[in-house]
Amino acid sequence: MVRDITIGQYYPAKSVVHRLDPRVKLVSTLLYLISLFLFRSISGYLIATVFLVTVIRISRVPFSFIVRGLKPVILLLMITVLFNLFLTRSGDVLFHAWIITVTEGGLVTAVYMAVRLIYLIIGSSLMTFTTTPNELTDGIEALLHPLNKIRVPVHEVAMMMSIALRFIPILLEETDKIMKAQIARGADFESGNIIQRAKSMIPILVPLFVSAFRRANDLAMAMEARCYRGGEGRTKMKPLHYKHRDYTAYITVVVYVAAVFIIGRYLPLHVWIF
Amino acid sequence: MSIKLEHLNYIYSQGTAYEKQALRDICMEIPHGEFVGIIGHTGSGKSTLIQHLNGLIRATSGELYYNGENIYREGYSMRALRNEVGLVFQYPEHQLFEIDVMTDVCFGPKNQGLSGEQCKERALEALRLVGLKEKYYKVSPFELSGGQKRRVAIAGVLAMRPKVLVLDEPTAGLDPKGRDDILDQIAYLHKESDMTVILVSHSMEDIAKYADRLIVMNKGTVMYNDEPKKVFEHYQELEKVGLAAPQVTYIMHDLAGRGMPVRTDVTTVAEAADEIMKVLGQ
Amino acid sequence: MDMVQTEKLVFEYEKRDEEGNVIGMSRAIDEVDIDVKEGQFIAILGHNGSGKSTLAKHINAILVPTEGTMWVNGRNTSDPEELWNVRQSAGMVFQNPDNQIIGTVVEEDVGFGPENLGVPTDEIWQRVEDSLRSVGMIEYRHHSPNKLSGGQKQRVAIAGVVAMEPKCIVLDEPTAMLDPLGRKEVLKTVQKLREQKKVTVILITHYMEEVVDADKIYVMDHGHVVMEGTPREIFSRVDELKSYRLDVPQATLLADELKKRGLKIPDGILKREELVEVLCQLN
Repeated sequence: MVRDITIGQYYPAKSVVHRLDPRVKLVSTLLYLISLFLFRSISGYLIATVFLVTVIRISRVPFSFIVRGLKPVILLLMITVLFNLFLTRSGDVLFHAWIITVTEGGLVTAVYMAVRLIYLIIGSSLMTFTTTPNELTDGIEALLHPLNKIRVPVHEVAMMMSIALRFIPILLEETDKIMKAQIARGADFESGNIIQRAKSMIPILVPLFVSAFRRANDLAMAMEARCYRGGEGRTKMKPLHYKHRDYTAYITVVVYVAAVFIIGRYLPLHVWIF
Repeated sequence: MSIKLEHLNYIYSQGTAYEKQALRDICMEIPHGEFVGIIGHTGSGKSTLIQHLNGLIRATSGELYYNGENIYREGYSMRALRNEVGLVFQYPEHQLFEIDVMTDVCFGPKNQGLSGEQCKERALEALRLVGLKEKYYKVSPFELSGGQKRRVAIAGVLAMRPKVLVLDEPTAGLDPKGRDDILDQIAYLHKESDMTVILVSHSMEDIAKYADRLIVMNKGTVMYNDEPKKVFEHYQELEKVGLAAPQVTYIMHDLAGRGMPVRTDVTTVAEAADEIMKVLGQ
Repeated sequence: MDMVQTEKLVFEYEKRDEEGNVIGMSRAIDEVDIDVKEGQFIAILGHNGSGKSTLAKHINAILVPTEGTMWVNGRNTSDPEELWNVRQSAGMVFQNPDNQIIGTVVEEDVGFGPENLGVPTDEIWQRVEDSLRSVGMIEYRHHSPNKLSGGQKQRVAIAGVVAMEPKCIVLDEPTAMLDPLGRKEVLKTVQKLREQKKVTVILITHYMEEVVDADKIYVMDHGHVVMEGTPREIFSRVDELKSYRLDVPQATLLADELKKRGLKIPDGILKREELVEVLCQLN
């Protein structure tokens, strides 16, 4: 059930993408996400697709694993698609019934929006698949380091993120277990109206919170016992150093963004949206 | 009121890179009223197996009959099955959620559609059966000790008056006295009612003391399914898969090996003492 | 030299009523004196709620005494100046394997302690490798802890403590949540560490089979130390142990039963081989 959620998980494999400096991956992911909103034409989509597919191939994360990560956001995707489909009015009317009108422009927008969202999710989950949460934390900490000057607790925030990521799979498994235990006691999570369904979640949520607090308490104790006292005076097992491949990656991403921007905007194949 | 499994297979995450066959061609029958022990180490498939018994997991292939009826047949009510087969998970106290003990135990009966009065009656009966003192009935379950919480959780399942009670390592994490208390209570329940009890455990000593029959699981298959005494005769094979017979069984084998004419199919301390006294002629 | 020593150690906590008002104090530990020498293997037994875990948490200065004193490696744990020295000299392994692993990759978790101590990067790698080797988990260094068995997780947790190079390791019911295989794994690892690193070990447990090799056993009940002695001395008092909600290995139990039925069997049988030997001589 809940175990299908793969977002935020790390997928161990030996690839260049895995070995890249986390800062490179963070910056590149951000650039990629921005790039998705830079183009308006099919040529832009083509480049974005080629780039994404190439990175996936290099990363050696199985495609099926990535697709499974999309499952939990299907509902969100559907809503976005439907909104675009019904609310955009441009071009020929393809279908009309009662108050529902579907236009050609609406259809195109909906499809492109869906693709964009899917790429957005795949792009960002690819980062977590190829970066251990600890590396990710280190990367964020290093990138946000300047904020320390204006008293933002960068190390603490990064540590919190890393712990959250470590406990997501554990809590998911726990949810699964509690759910089964309550079903065994005759609980019903599937029928009834929305209020009844929300109410039926209490037997899952209360034990889950209790358990999360217990774990938090245990973990805090274990961290203290291992002499954790904040970021000050701490050394790093894996300090970040840019290597040759990291510069190559930076250049590649910059070239990609430039290509998308120029080709996608000024050399349209023909279809325009917006 | 028997449970019968025919060529049951279960494959996890079928069709993905994580595919794993958890159960392989399981055939067994558990007659009504028996006290069955299931043993196997982590990953042997025992937890997966028991979740099939009340339909929480659906077999990939094979059939499961409850009372002669195939539970995978279309229209079979899993809800009704879950009312008959009560499942107590490992660390069941992690499922407690209500404001007080009484209300929590009522959760099961309430889901069965019983009236408030009936629920309360069932809950009282169940709490008495697990031996929880009355002064705790109105206390928040989170304020109880580990052993007491576990009793409440077991009562929560008993209150549904199941005909079959399945317990997954009900003594995990308890101290020796707490462990004996819970097991004695379960044995008492089994004797008093005509409930079938299926007990998953890691402790050969516990199974030897309580179970009529012992099922040993290994790598998703049934390795042995016999009286505990007979199973423990294969102590060398058990060791090969990381299990062991009770310590007294080894002592008897050692003694026999040193030429003392003792029986070796002994599994409890009391039995061993009787046998040794007999042989030493005192 | 004394590794861990307490003098009339008392720990009290506030008892509250349903509204959260303090209605009095409760003593979890009541005037406990223990004394652990360097290099010893000490076991603390007791049922759940006997105060043994509370005592363990004092050794690592997670809790500090309400009254009395605790010294760890010659340092007073109540002195805030000494806090980090105390925690570095007495490492702690907890019961729940999931709730004490911080890293998402095995080697990163083992490096967490040394990182906190400010150990230079090269040395962290050295320590991580050494400690993973000493617990036999080196081939899992790149794995995610979530995919490991309970016993393996506990070995990683032990490696995480070993990497901090403590003089003493406190294990608070490290096997309570494990299956028999995992339990054996962990105990074997602890045994090996004692031999290789000569580290002082304090094992808190309620499994009697785990403590037959201890140099000394303390039995706790209601916050008091109620029994103290070698395993042989302790295990010869079967009825007393049972009154403290504990039990003994089947070999000891059988020996005790046979003795009660009139056989001449010496006190404090610990292992199956001893009992077999004695019985064969009687035959």
